[in-house]
Amino acid sequence: MATPTSPKLDHPTFAAVKAAFPSAKLRATEFRGQSTLIVEPGDAHAILAFLRDDAKTRYTFLSDVTGVDYLNYPTPMPGRFAVIYNLIAFDRDDRFFVKVFLDPSIPTNGTDEDPALYVDSVCDLWPGAEWTEREVFDMYGIRFRNHPDLRRILTWEAYPAHPLRKDYPLRGRGERESYKVVDRSTS
Amino acid sequence: MGIEAALPTDAFLTTQLRRVINWSRRSSIWPIPFATACCGIELMATACSRYDLARFGAEVMRFSPRQSDLLIVAGRVGIKMLPVLQRIYAQMTEPKWVISMGACASTGGIFDTYATVQGCDQFIPVDVYIPGCPPRPEQLIEGVMAIQRIIDEDGIPPSGPDGRRIPLGLSVLPNHPVAAQPVGVRVGS
Repeated sequence: MATPTSPKLDHPTFAAVKAAFPSAKLRATEFRGQSTLIVEPGDAHAILAFLRDDAKTRYTFLSDVTGVDYLNYPTPMPGRFAVIYNLIAFDRDDRFFVKVFLDPSIPTNGTDEDPALYVDSVCDLWPGAEWTEREVFDMYGIRFRNHPDLRRILTWEAYPAHPLRKDYPLRGRGERESYKVVDRSTS
Repeated sequence: MGIEAALPTDAFLTTQLRRVINWSRRSSIWPIPFATACCGIELMATACSRYDLARFGAEVMRFSPRQSDLLIVAGRVGIKMLPVLQRIYAQMTEPKWVISMGACASTGGIFDTYATVQGCDQFIPVDVYIPGCPPRPEQLIEGVMAIQRIIDEDGIPPSGPDGRRIPLGLSVLPNHPVAAQPVGVRVGS
């Protein structure tokens, strides 16, 4: 068994963000050398723009945007859903994570638009975010404000759920069975 | 080369037209590969020189359903992919046969999720099922030979009392001795 260690919050980006955004509510964590900054949904876009443009941080590359559903997670988390931005500064070989927690305001078993599950899109900062944000929308139903083309990317338009939500059954709700059958005589 | 060398030049043979047609059909099955996963790699290996599907006249992979006789579903079929598969099947001209190759195409395999069809035979007619994950090329050849035997016997898959064609639903047994699992693995000497 590995002994639990307390996170080492010595990543220089933490101090840079804290100095630039003194009034923002920031939390930080670290695991095995990977540092994560947890920000409020309203601050995310400004902080990500700062991280891209500031001379000390210069995270020019957005490696990925992913989502997490923390339903039934063993330890208490600040929110049900999370959006994680995976940033890289190539000139320092430095990877950094920014995380946003969101709590749904309506039941999560459908596909209805939830005003609480909204984050500002970062497509204006990194154009490559377009498809990764579409994937987060498709799988978790988290919508991105000012996204140029927020459509489902993996499932089809009329798919009746967001399948990576933990309250969605693994085998689906009959989507894989409800197809027309082609037989020899009709084809 | 063939029988004509053994016969005098003025000899002739009589046969049934159906047999000649069946012989030509079974000797030139043109498959359309619907290769969506690792079974597709075995399918390519089967068509290559080591296993040489050309020995059975089935090496001409046609990427147009209009030109092909045999649909080989090789790999898992996602629910988003299924309409494409159905359309390809519908576009094939009669007579046509379908092989469901491997565990995923036949049953969904290990992918028991919302996104994977649990056996393409739920939605299109399948004539021959080939087990394996993925099947060895020899086993795919067995499947093609099963189709050839079907063609030899009748020519066209049978019709039911309502006039609709019945899927044959044959399954090919493994052509190698099946060992108890798990197999012990030894590294080095």
